[in-house]
Amino acid sequence: MLEPFLLRALVAGLGLAVVAAPLGCFVVWQRMAYFGETVAQASLIGVALGLALQLDITLGVLVVAVAIAFLLILFGQQEVVALDSILGLLHHAALALGVIATSMIRGQPIDLMGFLFGDVFAVTYQDIVWIIGGGCAVLAIVAWLWQPLLRLAVHEELAAAEGVDRRRVRMVFTVLLAVAIAVAMKIVGILLVMAFLVVPAVAARPLTGSPERMVAAAALIAGSSVLAGLWLSATLDWPGGPSIVIVMSAAAGLSLTAASLSRQR
Amino acid sequence: MADQQGRAAPRARHAHDHVARDDHGPRCPQGCAHGAAAAETLPLNAKALISARGLGVTRNGRDLLTGVDIDICEREIVTLIGPNGAGKTTLVRVLLGLERPDRRSVLRRRDLRIGYVPQRFDVDAVIPMTVERFLMLGGGARPEHAVAILDEVSAGPTRHQQLNQLSGGELQRVVLARALLRQPNLLVLDEPVQGVDYSGEAELYNLIARLRDDRGFGVLLVSHDLHIVMARSDRVICLNHHVCCSGIPETVAQHPAYSRLFGEEAAREFAVYRHHHDHSHDIAGVPHPAGEHEASPVPAPGGSRRA
Repeated sequence: MLEPFLLRALVAGLGLAVVAAPLGCFVVWQRMAYFGETVAQASLIGVALGLALQLDITLGVLVVAVAIAFLLILFGQQEVVALDSILGLLHHAALALGVIATSMIRGQPIDLMGFLFGDVFAVTYQDIVWIIGGGCAVLAIVAWLWQPLLRLAVHEELAAAEGVDRRRVRMVFTVLLAVAIAVAMKIVGILLVMAFLVVPAVAARPLTGSPERMVAAAALIAGSSVLAGLWLSATLDWPGGPSIVIVMSAAAGLSLTAASLSRQR
Repeated sequence: MADQQGRAAPRARHAHDHVARDDHGPRCPQGCAHGAAAAETLPLNAKALISARGLGVTRNGRDLLTGVDIDICEREIVTLIGPNGAGKTTLVRVLLGLERPDRRSVLRRRDLRIGYVPQRFDVDAVIPMTVERFLMLGGGARPEHAVAILDEVSAGPTRHQQLNQLSGGELQRVVLARALLRQPNLLVLDEPVQGVDYSGEAELYNLIARLRDDRGFGVLLVSHDLHIVMARSDRVICLNHHVCCSGIPETVAQHPAYSRLFGEEAAREFAVYRHHHDHSHDIAGVPHPAGEHEASPVPAPGGSRRA
């Protein structure tokens, strides 16, 4: 039978795959990959905050992730510098600040590599509670806002003119994204967390013809990648998170190659 | 669908819904007096679907709109013309609630339901979506309606195609179909004939006029071409940051403000699309088959047409 640590890793990975699929699709549809990346890198500040105040680390990360997301929305309202450059600024500043902040924590030394790349086999029952509880909440809200989210993703101004409250919907989505990043960070690490969202969605796009099917395909691809990645990790003794990400990326590579070849025909 | 109506309902307590702040706030010391005077001289049209008085928009220190009065009523086709950068799109965006005016506000009738055809509709291929799904996404319709409307805009065969596979003209008709499917009482089209050839333009104008006759919605149309205005317009508003002149298509061209704005040449070249259904005083009086058009120049006062 499975070792308990392997079972926990499986449950956490599969749970994350399902939650990340709809969010990842919206990230890809709304071109928010770099936005998510910036929020993810800022979560190291949250780790330091959690450790310094002796709070739950996930909670610290969540607070910082939400704060940085709203800072980005605020900066996005000026019209002089493109958001892309703002993200380039903030995502390095956040990482630098995070490394400094964690270095200032006294007491036991901090496993920086563990936070940057995650440790899927160190998942605790408490983490699983976060994933399942937070995941169900995120999925319920996405389902509730599905129609307005989709309308905004297709054409923001058209949806707004038709009466969709774009500020509110966007804010809710941003918070959901921050929650997902905070929860997933523990498992796949700060540097790889966005891969969990973006890569399955990219892999799913060429295979599907409707938004809902794209989400379902992304969840399937992510779930199978978790299974295959953990198997690779267990048999070849590879690190867990990176193994999952590399399987996902291979799937996306195959899918995009097939799409390019079929277009040429 | 349900979410939208649910959200809109609690705000719609009054006959008119303030969609943006007016300037009774502290930010505009002068606007108050000006605004009040303007509102007194020009009472709001009670029958209007959407209405504004003394509308002002300032961006980066430049006045894009000043003192704009506008009403659009049911069954009325209003065409907005003006040079590039005259604030046409800004006015449309303010009326749609996409931008906030800096002075005064827009009043919308409680039951206002807008169908919007934006100036540009860029399809992002990254979202997989069929035409039918896109139509249904606008809300308020059943699939069989979607099929009927697609046929009406002559885009029936695109029903199961992906949005990113459509041609520019097809996409435009599909976006129009989505706007119509919402059963709007106000249809707003921002330069709908951009990139459409001459006959496509005439066809589109005809379709809009026919649908207006059938359904009785109001139409606000921003025209890309100064010189060619839909003949079925009930009113033409000529905008250059403020309303220069307005009236029925023929009189606008004769207005001195029009020639000042666009030049004598333009005033002479002013032409309206005529649909033979509504023009009995045709030169020959020969019945033409429906759907045939011509652009006929309207002579400006004192101006003889140059050969």
